[in-house]
Amino acid sequence: MSNIFPKSANKLPLQIITYLVVLGGVVTAGATYYMTPKYTRVGYAPVQPVPYSHALHAGQLGIDCRYCHSNIEKSGVANLPTAQTCMNCHNQVKKDSPLLAVVRHSFETGEAVPWVKIHQTPDYVYFNHAIHVNRGVSCVECHGKINEMDVVAHAKPLSMGFCLDCHRDPASHVREKADIYNLDSQTIAEKSGFAAAHKFLTDRNIKPPQSCSGCHR
Amino acid sequence: MRNVYLVTAFLVVLTVSVFGLRGTKFTHPPMDVFPEWAFPGMKRQPKPRPQGESTFFADGRADRPIPAGVVSRDPLRNDSALYEGKAADGTFLRGFPAAITVDAKLMVRGKERYTIYCSPCHGGVGDGNGITKQYGMGATPTYHDPRLRAMAEGEIFNTITNGKGNMQSYADKVLPEDRWAVILYVRALQRAQTGTVADVPEAHKSELGIK
Repeated sequence: MSNIFPKSANKLPLQIITYLVVLGGVVTAGATYYMTPKYTRVGYAPVQPVPYSHALHAGQLGIDCRYCHSNIEKSGVANLPTAQTCMNCHNQVKKDSPLLAVVRHSFETGEAVPWVKIHQTPDYVYFNHAIHVNRGVSCVECHGKINEMDVVAHAKPLSMGFCLDCHRDPASHVREKADIYNLDSQTIAEKSGFAAAHKFLTDRNIKPPQSCSGCHR
Repeated sequence: MRNVYLVTAFLVVLTVSVFGLRGTKFTHPPMDVFPEWAFPGMKRQPKPRPQGESTFFADGRADRPIPAGVVSRDPLRNDSALYEGKAADGTFLRGFPAAITVDAKLMVRGKERYTIYCSPCHGGVGDGNGITKQYGMGATPTYHDPRLRAMAEGEIFNTITNGKGNMQSYADKVLPEDRWAVILYVRALQRAQTGTVADVPEAHKSELGIK
């Protein structure tokens, strides 16, 4: 009886195992790279119904974030502005611009401007904007340098790991009250060192929760 | 075996070519690793969200307009001085309502609110030369003319609340208490324009380069 398998078949099990290990590594690397919000959400810059430029309004003109997102200090939700807010200036500035037709229509009829939501946490996450901005977390920490964006793009992953990075180490992220809405400002740690940042946290009794129920309920 | 590795390498190159790198700008809706059809009701629960969409209401909005005749559940706003800027006889109040404590804290709050909501048009010192002027905003009056200096506080309150001319209402942005803070700061701006060297306290003179 002749050999069914050639001699080289002896090496085959080892080769297959080696390949599976390599393949496992490649698939793991791919999943780690592609299956997180760092890939799926960062860079999301949808086309909006009105080509509103934050770089122009917040950056160049220096209009405070709160002029439009006016409820942020007292509400969990960072509200989108009413059409009237736009019309405060645009009833005179560029008042006949075709780009603003949607806003004028909304102002006249009361229909909503169909803005496309960019930053969206899952419904089981109860993120409260007011508590964050009032306790020293600047807009820039989660939204990036909006004041330099002509078209707003998703800048940070906003994954649970991203939240926890800050909740575990608030000292690296908190800012003075006057710097919260200044997106070019420095954190207290960058300005005056970690001792000052820790003092800021203890003075205000800032203890960000790390328990599940801090954000989920 | 070599071919298997080549095919794997090809698949890696193909994946990177198709999916690209992290941080690339894109306009299509984001990819979902745990899609809604596989895990229904988790990420997007059947509940209305503020300023969100609703498939239930005909206009597609989760936020409902206030129906006619609805009474606010907030405490009754029956302090006409505080909420309307009117004195007991119905004229515009002069001075500040009794419910408002005029102090340095109110001034700081007023400065902050003024800077956010007023300064884009009225300018940092209230001269009507805000940043919007360069972009085609019509004439914004200066606070430093005799008419506005003499204007009753209550009338300024009324202007913030209901708007005037091209200026629209800021009632949705500035709370009644904050409106009084803004008025206090406007009064400070007006006072500052008529200041003389004699008004500067001794201790602060050196900061301004005054002997």
